[in-house]
Amino acid sequence: MNDELAQRLVFNLRLPRLLTALLLGMSLSAAGGVMQMLFRNPLVEPGFLGVTQGAGFGAALCIILLNRSPLMVESSATFFALAGLLLSWFIARRIRFGGWVLRLILSGIAISAFFSAGLGIIKYLADPLSQLPEITFWLLGGLNSVTWKDLLYILPVVVVGLTVIFLMRWRLNLLSLGDETAASLGVAVKGERILLLVVSVAITAVVVSVAGIVGWIGLIIPHIARRLVGANAANFIPVSISLGGVFAILCDDIARTLSAGEIPLGIVTSLLGALIFILLMVSPGMRLQR
Amino acid sequence: MTEPILSIQSLEFSYETNQKKVLNAVSFDIEPGTITTILGPNGAGKTTLVHLLLGLQKPARGTIHINQRLIDSFSRRELSQWVGLVPQSEYVPFEFSVLEYVLLGRAPYLGPLDLPKESDLDIARQTLAQTGIPDLETRPITDLSGGELQLVLIARALAQQPKILLLDEPTSHLDLSNRNITLRILNRLRQDGSTILFTTHDPEAASLVADNLVLMRDGQVLHTGGKDDTFTSAKLSETYGTEIEVIHIDGLHVVRSLEKLR
Repeated sequence: MNDELAQRLVFNLRLPRLLTALLLGMSLSAAGGVMQMLFRNPLVEPGFLGVTQGAGFGAALCIILLNRSPLMVESSATFFALAGLLLSWFIARRIRFGGWVLRLILSGIAISAFFSAGLGIIKYLADPLSQLPEITFWLLGGLNSVTWKDLLYILPVVVVGLTVIFLMRWRLNLLSLGDETAASLGVAVKGERILLLVVSVAITAVVVSVAGIVGWIGLIIPHIARRLVGANAANFIPVSISLGGVFAILCDDIARTLSAGEIPLGIVTSLLGALIFILLMVSPGMRLQR
Repeated sequence: MTEPILSIQSLEFSYETNQKKVLNAVSFDIEPGTITTILGPNGAGKTTLVHLLLGLQKPARGTIHINQRLIDSFSRRELSQWVGLVPQSEYVPFEFSVLEYVLLGRAPYLGPLDLPKESDLDIARQTLAQTGIPDLETRPITDLSGGELQLVLIARALAQQPKILLLDEPTSHLDLSNRNITLRILNRLRQDGSTILFTTHDPEAASLVADNLVLMRDGQVLHTGGKDDTFTSAKLSETYGTEIEVIHIDGLHVVRSLEKLR
């Protein structure tokens, strides 16, 4: 065994991958917790405002039109993820009925469907031997090709985003109240909501652009955290962030080691996440937190 | 005569320009340490008036002065230290404990990045005692009955330590016994020097605690003044557009509708 080789292996491959998994889990579960509070709906997940589907579309578009260099694919995915948010936002503003939450959810659904149709077209047109497998593999999510460069790409956004969310964690409780009540408590409802929403979408977009579509973490981890420490965001947000990091590392280890070839990370998180979700719902004395 | 703590002059408001005025030439004063009730039928403009007092909407014309200061000169946070709101209803999607929820009332005194301090916890516990529900402290807010939730909402508004407590239809979805519990608390708060303003469409709730009444209909103030002057058969009939008789029994004002339905 060559020590130097082992060291290089750990430093160049394992370490950036481990840290990216950590940031991925932390970001998705933080963003999920924030969005569930902002939208006053515990079934919201961080990518629903057209972000996840936008990223998938962007990545696929780059793979068939430009090239497959990771940085290009990541940039394109980030760009279309943010475009997804902006389009959802723009359309929500044009809807003439319903409250803010309902309008954003409706337009988010429509924009997601729009991007996923676009993705379908790209997959149909893609070269089935070289491009299609690449797109499919990207969509299933994974950290197998992660390098220090990827980590450095997401690090600034994730650090800033998680810091803002962590610092404003008690304030989040106020934003989960009705507009009228929150405003009567001195909250600048619109501004603070937009800030937290943009921050959450930004960290989701960058991690998804590197890791592909990794489902369920952002939905299920905040639930488990609330189950453990209660609904007060000052308590459950830090727990959610830590648990999410650990969960993503665990899933990535399973994805890497369970079989000789690598299982895509998104499959592992969905499998484990859905399993935990079902357990939460059926266990006696456990209620899904409203 | 004491200076009014709240003074409203010729207020005019409509939701969209050129539309029907929701409020028209609304004027009245509120003196500190009194309970004032804005009484009127559904759609009289009561809730809109509440929104204006919270600074959520801007009047098209007219002024609102709080403690001789124009409402526009208050920052949102400063205003929340002056006016506390008990909303008409509140849907709570997450299982906060009652104490955590009441603690949210301390927001006007905390910066955006602050966590509540020990002193804030003490104040939250005091207001739970004030509203007679210290036992509910650890209960999840989603498990409460309508009457209990109403008291929690009042406790949260009191944790704001507002100079003016504003309640929007505080008794409209309570049974008689819970209504009386709520009204008794308002009475006690007034005795302790609080200024209270509440809207209701229920004349009896008004008659039980109000010092002064503002009778509203179709966005206009029909009558204002002390309860003895305003709580009369003629004025209530005019306000509600249906014949109403006020009967005095045992020092209580009982209200009876004289309209036959068939």
